[in-house]
Amino acid sequence: MTATEGTRGGAGAEAERGAGPGAEAVAGAAPRRVRRRPDWGKYLTWAVLAWLFAPILFMVAFSFNDAQGRHNVTWQGFTLRWYGDAFAYPDLNAALANTLSIAVLTMVVSGVLGTLLGVALGRYRFRGRAATDLVMFSAISAPEVVLGAALLSMFLTMNVATGYLTVLLAHVMFSVSFVAITVRARVLTMDASIEEAARDLGAGPVTTFRLVTLPLLLPAVTAGGLIAFALSVDDFIITSFVSGSTQTFPLWIWGATRVGIPPQVNVMGTLIFAVGVLLAAGNVLLARRRAR
Amino acid sequence: MAATTAAEAAPGRRPAGRRGRLAPYLLVLPGWLWLAVFFVAPIASVVSMSLMTGSLTAGFTFTFETANYTRALGLYWEQILRSLAYGGLATLLCIALGYPVAYWIAFHGGAYKSTYLLLVLLPFFVSFVLRTVSWGFILADNGIVLGTLKDLGVLPGDAGVLNSAPAVVFGLAYNFLPFMVLPIYAVLERMDHRVVEAAHDLYAGRLQAFARVVLPMSLPGVFAGVIMTFIPTSADYVNATILGGTHNTMVGKVIETQYLVNNAYPLAAAITVVLMAVLLAGIFAYARALGTEQVMEVQAG
Amino acid sequence: MTPRPHPARAALARGLTRRRVSRRTALGLTGLSAAGLALSACGVQGQGGNQPAAEDFWAGKESNGRLDFANWPLYMDPGKPELAAFTEETGIRVDYDEAIQDNPTFFGKIQPMLAQGEPIGYDLIVLTNGIELTKLIELGYLAPLDHDRLPNFAENAGRIYKHTAYDSGNRHTVPYASGITGIAYNPDYVDREITAIADLWDPAFEGKVGMMADPQELANFGLLRIGVAPADSTEEDWAAAADALEEQRDLGLVRRYYSQDYIQPLSSGDIWMSMAWSGDIFQQNAEQGTNLRFVVPEEGGTLWSDNMMIPYTAPNPVDAIMLMDFLYDAEVAADLTEYITYIPPVPRARDILARRAEEAEGEERELLEQVVGSPLVFPSEADYDKLHNYVSVTTENEESFSPLFLAVSQS
Repeated sequence: MTATEGTRGGAGAEAERGAGPGAEAVAGAAPRRVRRRPDWGKYLTWAVLAWLFAPILFMVAFSFNDAQGRHNVTWQGFTLRWYGDAFAYPDLNAALANTLSIAVLTMVVSGVLGTLLGVALGRYRFRGRAATDLVMFSAISAPEVVLGAALLSMFLTMNVATGYLTVLLAHVMFSVSFVAITVRARVLTMDASIEEAARDLGAGPVTTFRLVTLPLLLPAVTAGGLIAFALSVDDFIITSFVSGSTQTFPLWIWGATRVGIPPQVNVMGTLIFAVGVLLAAGNVLLARRRAR
Repeated sequence: MAATTAAEAAPGRRPAGRRGRLAPYLLVLPGWLWLAVFFVAPIASVVSMSLMTGSLTAGFTFTFETANYTRALGLYWEQILRSLAYGGLATLLCIALGYPVAYWIAFHGGAYKSTYLLLVLLPFFVSFVLRTVSWGFILADNGIVLGTLKDLGVLPGDAGVLNSAPAVVFGLAYNFLPFMVLPIYAVLERMDHRVVEAAHDLYAGRLQAFARVVLPMSLPGVFAGVIMTFIPTSADYVNATILGGTHNTMVGKVIETQYLVNNAYPLAAAITVVLMAVLLAGIFAYARALGTEQVMEVQAG
Repeated sequence: MTPRPHPARAALARGLTRRRVSRRTALGLTGLSAAGLALSACGVQGQGGNQPAAEDFWAGKESNGRLDFANWPLYMDPGKPELAAFTEETGIRVDYDEAIQDNPTFFGKIQPMLAQGEPIGYDLIVLTNGIELTKLIELGYLAPLDHDRLPNFAENAGRIYKHTAYDSGNRHTVPYASGITGIAYNPDYVDREITAIADLWDPAFEGKVGMMADPQELANFGLLRIGVAPADSTEEDWAAAADALEEQRDLGLVRRYYSQDYIQPLSSGDIWMSMAWSGDIFQQNAEQGTNLRFVVPEEGGTLWSDNMMIPYTAPNPVDAIMLMDFLYDAEVAADLTEYITYIPPVPRARDILARRAEEAEGEERELLEQVVGSPLVFPSEADYDKLHNYVSVTTENEESFSPLFLAVSQS
């Protein structure tokens, strides 16, 4: 089977953009005809976006709902009290803390491993390259339930108790390939002459890497790391197989569906979403400024 | 993005220097070990477990017990087929909605291209489970949508959407649509617009230009999108559990229950291996049917 | 015209893609997998129980001044006044965790750790009578209780709670609270009185019936439907019950098989009637002002208990058994009942609550009277007569039990 790659995140595209064969053509965008008829594509795009955001609007709105009792599904008036009382459930707080700390560790570990992989794959020809590619592609495209079941099978056979550590191991496993791909894309478009120049000027390989290569790779490394972070925070299926009694944010929500999800979940969801929006907006602004 | 110099734009691999012979292996080693231990070994382990017999009390031993597979297929062929069907339908829905969106953003998004793309991605900041649960509330019989329509007299009082196959497919398509949009967008966006212009000049008709030039060139993106949506949708069980009803169980749920609830590990492992094999065979057949090695050449966004 | 790849694109493609996997690579991978296979072919250890006697277990154990308590959500007043009182009396600190959402999942989480002989992070846990509890007992994962340390239990526990079928003589467990599985319906949608399990099979309610996904709960109702007492059922009865349940499902009566999440759809009319737990309905009516009705069906309902137990690996068993006994203090049991509104294993709690109701005023008095007068919290003798025990599922017959009923709910 031939290997290919793909990522579930978008940062790869961002990192690769510069490599586009028609980069200059894109820059001088094709002249568009003036159309008078309705722009169906635009309407459809907006309709799809509305669809994508509908449950999020619901979530945000109901974080302000003055809900009584266990079920936060009918509108009972506006309140801000859940924001003041966001950390009322110690278990939910602990679950969120686990989720965030696992995500940060996943980002760091898979960031390092993935960057090394990406540099090697992007720069060198070596035996085992194809095999590495194949394994990475399989790890990316294997269904979550299979990965979860496989990991659990191994932990059972090896007599390893599942918990925080096994969740972390699993998260690094499924994110490392995403980082590698993102970094490789960047390596392929990097100008080797800069590094050669550094070497000619007497810098050793380590110094070259630290002062020249790494700064050049940094955007891709951060992009890959962010993908890893996002994948880790959101993962439910694999985590539920290998979590033992460790709770994460998605697992807690899943459990709470049985008895009613408290508004605090909406509050936390809304806050995380807000941070995401801010990060994204910041990224766009930064990209604009860099482009100028 | 920063302006690209000609040198940067020309990709290619620099030959490894003499002193760098060992370097790639050292670089690859840690990541490779991680994947070997936590990806390859577990897969081997699930295969091995699917051939065991025993019970939780007595323990499980490797006996090359193929009966696990006959049981898995005999008991759960329906759920397996249903999962593929739901996954397939959701994937088609994703193409139908995702392609035009990706196309419009890539060709008509103008200066706001990346903003639109970002909007497609933003929902990912909200937990997948939470979004699906929200749909459950939104689509309740007397919820915001149906309740309002019923009050307006558009729908009969007993109309319902939840706990049905369409609700599950809808949820799947919803959750995985961005995985279709992204790779298609990545390919369309990279497409040389001069080629499209030329096609317009040659064929005159917009439709023809699209069908003969843009569509074939974007197929690798669609292929990547199909893999990125079909595999996770057919193995998902969150949507079926929250939005489904009777006769909507997907095979992922069966695997989860057999592992975590019944502790029937060998049977569960056998179902897992069957699912894995079916999906692998599917991808392989699909790649073959499209008949080219190029379809694999997409570097999805 | 056949579109040819743009030259730059082709170069890009070459740069970014790799050749097909060579035969050698494939062989290498196979070899690796084979190695993994060999490695893991050794199997999974058995977990047969070795049961220490109570004296041996407790010998030399002392209070450590703290314990971790895992319970179900909303199973104690959020302010945890009972735990505060315990700490005040004994100086023992309690970390309370709403970690248990359902029996099978929690069992799945703790079982691997217990199999390792490792602590599960909790000294006191609460599980319902059922297959998971049976497994824990059979696998020897629970500390044998030292009844010398449970004087309040001996004095205050109701008779039936001292003679349970699933743990005779309370060797490993004592009940925390009990409840009835019966039928709840929403009178806003159902215009007649619901009295029997047979009503759940009435075609008039097509697509409006909720059943429980839990194999044991589902089995109980199937068995009662065909007129068999669950506790006395045989394997043939199980098959017949499963057939009856499948018939109900395939007639399109069942909307969904629920865990505990039937309450919201029942309140909002997505389903009109459902298998239900008594305390849920009482709480929902009290908190949300709904008007749901709960009945113990003519054919019978089931009585279940959530039980406290100590994992054999618990680091603080002495503190745990002290808390266990503390919760059997009649006043404390009354406090608990006031919030959770399930059936307390301490019958005297009713008198205490009645006394408190007399002393209280206004809304609080009303609420207390509601609790004291509710047949859902303090069932009548007539109700108790209609209540059945569960099917006794053991690790031996589980293989023939669970798949039958899972096939009903996971269709």
